[in-house]
Amino acid sequence: MNLAYRDIKHNLLRFTLTNFGLSLLLGIVIMITGVYGGLIDDALRQARAARADLWVVQADTKGPFAESSRIPGDTRELVSRVYGVERAGAVTYQSVQAELNGAPHRLFLIGYQLGRPGGPSKIVAGREILRSHYEIVVDRRAGLALGQEIPLGTRGHKFTVVGLMQNEVTSAGDPVAYITLRDAQRLQFEVAPPSTRREQARGGALQTNDQINAVIARVSPHVPANEVATALSRWKHLTALTQAQQETMLSMVVIERARKQQMLIMVLLVIVSAVIIALIIYTMTMDKVRSIATLKFIGAPDRTIVGLIIQQALSLGIVSYLAGMALVFIFRPYFPRRLVFDPESVAVVFIITVVMCLAASILGIRLALKVDPAEALATSG
Amino acid sequence: MAGEGRQAVVSVEHVSKYFGVGAARVDALIDINLDVYPGQVVGLMGPSGSGKTTLLNCIACISQPSSGRLTLDGEVVYDDRWLKADLRRLRLDKIGFIFQYPNLLPFLDATDNVAVVLRLAGLGSAASLSRAVELLEYLEVGHRRHALPKQLSGGEAQRVAIARALANRPRIILADEPTAPLDSQRARIVMDLLRRIAIDQNAAIICVTHDEMILDRFDHIYRLRDGRLDIEAPAGPRLEPAAR
Repeated sequence: MNLAYRDIKHNLLRFTLTNFGLSLLLGIVIMITGVYGGLIDDALRQARAARADLWVVQADTKGPFAESSRIPGDTRELVSRVYGVERAGAVTYQSVQAELNGAPHRLFLIGYQLGRPGGPSKIVAGREILRSHYEIVVDRRAGLALGQEIPLGTRGHKFTVVGLMQNEVTSAGDPVAYITLRDAQRLQFEVAPPSTRREQARGGALQTNDQINAVIARVSPHVPANEVATALSRWKHLTALTQAQQETMLSMVVIERARKQQMLIMVLLVIVSAVIIALIIYTMTMDKVRSIATLKFIGAPDRTIVGLIIQQALSLGIVSYLAGMALVFIFRPYFPRRLVFDPESVAVVFIITVVMCLAASILGIRLALKVDPAEALATSG
Repeated sequence: MAGEGRQAVVSVEHVSKYFGVGAARVDALIDINLDVYPGQVVGLMGPSGSGKTTLLNCIACISQPSSGRLTLDGEVVYDDRWLKADLRRLRLDKIGFIFQYPNLLPFLDATDNVAVVLRLAGLGSAASLSRAVELLEYLEVGHRRHALPKQLSGGEAQRVAIARALANRPRIILADEPTAPLDSQRARIVMDLLRRIAIDQNAAIICVTHDEMILDRFDHIYRLRDGRLDIEAPAGPRLEPAAR
C-alpha cells in the first residue's frame, strides 16, 4: 500500500495544478540550459564549420572572432606553400544589417573562395554558390526563401538566395550567410564612391580592397599542426592559431560574460525552484498533520512518514521535470534563439531536480517528525 | 475489584504525571492506581482538564509518566529498557485506539484504513485486505468497504475506526469519547459493540466518556478530579463477559 500514491490520487487536481506551476518553473531552468548549450554550440559552430586545422591571422591578434584581424589577400598563396599545409582558403567575417520588406535582417556574412576551405559545411536546400558574384547561401533562421533577393552593401547590390543551411547561427543568435570572397571584400573594404573621390582629390593613395580577415589551413595528417603553426608564425606579420586554441578562445573568452550570465540565472532559478518546492512540500505536509499524527499513534514508524513525504516530493519533482521538458520541446521552434540540449546537461538538470526535491523535503520531514502522536487525540476533541 | 486471580491487562500503579517545574509545575495525574482485566469495559469520566487524556496518553505509550509503574499485558513499560521504536511496536501490536472523531486517513478507502495497521505490522497485502474486509463485515459496514471516509456517515466512519482499532487483535483498546459524535441510539449500539469485542477478543477496554446515557454499559466507572482517581459503582453491564 503506497500512501504517497494514494494521497496524490486523492488530491489529483491539486497535484496536477501544482505540477503545472512547477513544470513552468523547471521548464525555464531547462530552457536556460538549452540557451547555455546553444550559446556554446553556436560559438563553436562558426569555427568548426570551416573544418580548419590552423587559423592564420594578423600578427599578435586573436582573430578573427575574438579580435579583428586584417591581412593581405595574397597571404593565402603564402600559406599554401608552407610545408605541411594541404589546402588553404581566405575568408572574411562581418556583421551586416539588411532591410527587406521594411524589416531589418541581421546576418553574419562569411566570404570564402569557391572550391577552397571556409565555405558552408552543409546545405539543406538549394545548392552551393556557383557564380562568382551576387549569390548567397543563408541559414533558415534569416527567414529567407530560395530565389529571394536581398540588397546588401552601400551600392545596394541584390544577392539571390541559392542555398539554405540549418542551425548555422552566431553566439549572438544572428543567422550565418556565405557569399564569395570578392563580394565580401567589396562589402567590407570598399568605401562609398564619394569617399573615394574625396580621397583621390586630396592626392591620397588608392586603397586596395584585397584584404582578408584570416586564412584557413588544412594540414596534412602526417605533419603535426603545431610545427606548421610555428613555421607560419616566423612571418612577423602573421599569427597561427590551432583549431583547439580557437575553440577554447570562443567558448571560454568570447562568450565568457554571456556564459556567466546564463549560469547565474540558472543558479538563481534553481534556488527559487528549491524554495518553492520546499514550501509546496511543507504546505502539503501541514495539510496532513492530522493524518501523520494518526499514523504515528497507530504505530507507524518514522520511515513510513519520511517515505510518504520523500515519495511525494520526488513525484512532484520528476513529473514537473518531465512536463517542463515537454513544454520546452513544444515551444522550442518558437524560441528566438537556438536551444541545444546534450544528454549530459539534461541528465544534470534531472539530478539537480531530484537533489532539489530531496533537500526541499527536509523542511516537510522535520515538521512531520515533530508531529506529536497525541495531536491525533487533541484534534479529535 | 473484578478479576481477582487473573492478571490485569492494564495495571497502573502509583502513576503521577506533571508538566513544568517549580512554580510553573502542573500536576496532571496524582498517584493513579488502576487495573483493567481481560473482558472488562471500564469508563473514565471527569471534567475537562481533569487528566483523562493524559492518563490515556500514558497508557497508550505516547507520554511517559513522571513516576509510578505501568504494566501492559504483563510487560512493565518505561523501565529504561524501552526505546521509542519498541513503544511504537508495542502500541501497534497490543493497543487499539478509537478516537473521538474517527480520524480515518482521508486518502484511503474503508478497507485500506483498516488494512494499513496490518500492513504496518508486517502482514502481507492479501492477508491484510482479507482481515480488513472480515472486520468490516463483523462491524456491519462491509457494504461500504470501498467508500472513502468523506462518503461515510458518522456511525459508519466510527465503525471503520473501531475495525481499525481491532485489526491487530489488541489486548488493550483505548477509546476517547467514541460516542461523542453519535446520537444516543447509535451511541448505545457502539457501546454494545465494544462490549461484544471485549468478550469476543478477551480484551480490556478503557473508555473516556462524558455521556451519562451509556454509563450502564461499563463494568466500572472511574472519575478523575484534579488528577486524582475515584471509583464509582457501575450501573451494571448489559452483557456479562463469557470469560468470567
